[in-house]
Amino acid sequence: MLLNSNKKQEAYRRMLRIRRFEEEGTLLYKAGKIPGAFHASIGQEAAIVGACLALRDNDMMTGTHRSHGHPIGKGADLNALMAELMGKATGICKGRGGSMHLADNSVGIVGESAIVGGGIPLATGCGLSAKVRRTDQIALCFFGDGAVNQGTFHESLNMASLWKLPVIYLCENNGYALTTSVERSHGQPSIAKRADAYGMPGVTVDGQDVSAVYAATSIAAERARDGDGPTLIEARTYRFDEHQVGLFTPGTPYRAVEEIELNKTSRDPLVLFRSRLLSEGFDEPELGAIETEVAEAVQNAIRFAESSAYPDPEELYEYLFSQPILSPASSSAKNS
Amino acid sequence: MSAAIKSESDGSSVRMSYLEALFQAQVEELERDERVIVMGEDVAIYGGGKLVQRFDANRIWSMPISETSFTGVGVGAAISGLRPIVDLTIASFMYLASDPIINQAAKLRYMTGGQARVPIVFRCCMYYGAALAAQHSDRPYPMFMNVPGLKILCPSTPAEMKGLLKSAVRDDDPVMIFEDTKLWPIKGEVPVDTEYLVPIGKGDIKRAGDDVTIVAIGGAMRLAMDVADTLAKEGISIEVIDPRTLKPLDSEMIIESVEKTGRLVLVENAHRVANVSAEIAAVICEEAFDSLKRPIQRVCAPDVHVPFSPALEGELFPTKEKTAAAVRKLL
Repeated sequence: MLLNSNKKQEAYRRMLRIRRFEEEGTLLYKAGKIPGAFHASIGQEAAIVGACLALRDNDMMTGTHRSHGHPIGKGADLNALMAELMGKATGICKGRGGSMHLADNSVGIVGESAIVGGGIPLATGCGLSAKVRRTDQIALCFFGDGAVNQGTFHESLNMASLWKLPVIYLCENNGYALTTSVERSHGQPSIAKRADAYGMPGVTVDGQDVSAVYAATSIAAERARDGDGPTLIEARTYRFDEHQVGLFTPGTPYRAVEEIELNKTSRDPLVLFRSRLLSEGFDEPELGAIETEVAEAVQNAIRFAESSAYPDPEELYEYLFSQPILSPASSSAKNS
Repeated sequence: MSAAIKSESDGSSVRMSYLEALFQAQVEELERDERVIVMGEDVAIYGGGKLVQRFDANRIWSMPISETSFTGVGVGAAISGLRPIVDLTIASFMYLASDPIINQAAKLRYMTGGQARVPIVFRCCMYYGAALAAQHSDRPYPMFMNVPGLKILCPSTPAEMKGLLKSAVRDDDPVMIFEDTKLWPIKGEVPVDTEYLVPIGKGDIKRAGDDVTIVAIGGAMRLAMDVADTLAKEGISIEVIDPRTLKPLDSEMIIESVEKTGRLVLVENAHRVANVSAEIAAVICEEAFDSLKRPIQRVCAPDVHVPFSPALEGELFPTKEKTAAAVRKLL
């Protein structure tokens, strides 16, 4: 399935929203306005957006510690995401989640797990739930190459295949689990090939090509909705920044400077897609308008976040339970 | 005091075992709410066999041996519209399931700022004193008590098993139920009312008394009641409290009792370091220290693994003798 003209524009818009959000976020992080850790998705935008655009609005999604791109890719509003990064009360998670957990349920993201591989059973459970509830929803599960070596990957893919659950397992293979390369940690470096072991299709796509990711995910989505079960997609992508912004890595560099530069200059998904759009008849003013709109949206999000209040420490216990049980024990615990 | 359960003659209750009550609660909740599903290993054969006959395959899921992930699958199902009962069978397997229970189920609502709702029940049964050795003889509820966001139950009678399990299924938060296998065959009157619920967070005074308070957990409740009977003949009046819910603990009930008796004995089968008894002792020291006439006594399993040989295991867990001795020490 190919991206139609409207979806191409939307793909460019969403990829650019991720890129600009991450670029501005990196600056804000370095300026001390975003606390904690900051894991940017720069370089991986096509893998995220191509997959998200193949979903319907009410489909479900799980993500990872590199969590900013997933909600933006699925169409989330930027204001509450930026406010969350700054730890504000208006944040999407009310200041309880932060950079590694930008889950926006309003666009179907049920969780962003900073436990590597933690989201894989959750997405599988969403697929099981869709089957039990007899809806035609599907679940898209993002994870990285490192998560493939977790037991949850094996156990979950086995169950999804066994029961033909409507799940798409999408591996953003950026080549490195923190600093450990796929070559140094995978007995079978082709992640897609692992699908054979579970009796499901395994597909490798160029993760820097948004159209290719969209096409592969669309086929997987149709298969899932038709009751034919899960698909494993390995999107080969690249992380342009460090695992975490500002992270110091001692000793010999784990990836060559030339490798990073080559990817930035010849494998930038936004540059590649922009020139593709121009060659397909989109003109500069059209793309320029999207670029202006995105830059404004990101600046608006920053203004919104900066002008928002921090959460009230009096509300520390808010959201711990859906049904709090106000026993003397819990109230004395609160007082201590 | 527990609500008086009417005798079976008027038809409002039936006599059944703790294990049958566990089954009954699940049947009633599966029938009441189509979002309820049961997931676990071998559920088609053990315990849940009757469930398989009664409900279709979409409701009763027999899981492969993948405790970590099928527990996570349960959490995923819970946050997307179902109300799963995840049966982890033997309590030691809770360790395998602890990542999705702690890092996902317990934290998701908080970490998403209230966007997620996690209505899920995690069941397991505690074997001990059964010559199964250390990997099948755990009582791991104290470890989970240190996790915010979980509700933890330990019923000790058939009626409470039914009422608490039903409350757990209807609760919108993750609830863990630790069943005591020593109680499985024990029979009692269980209300037939399908709306019979025991509230989470409320303890029960199983026996009123004035001289000493005994708080007992799960299977230790029966020996505590026996000790109270025996010592009553010597004129020692013991109040026996069953917290039923270990978290959030009904500390008010225990504090009130200690304010009356001034003496506290805590009996449980978990290892003594950082167990429920330790938590209750800390609460009493903080909130009711001035009421204590004597030091708090704990009767628990020692800090050693459960051995295989009955010759060794027999000495490990609380007994009537040890509990009675702890009471006498306070008088």
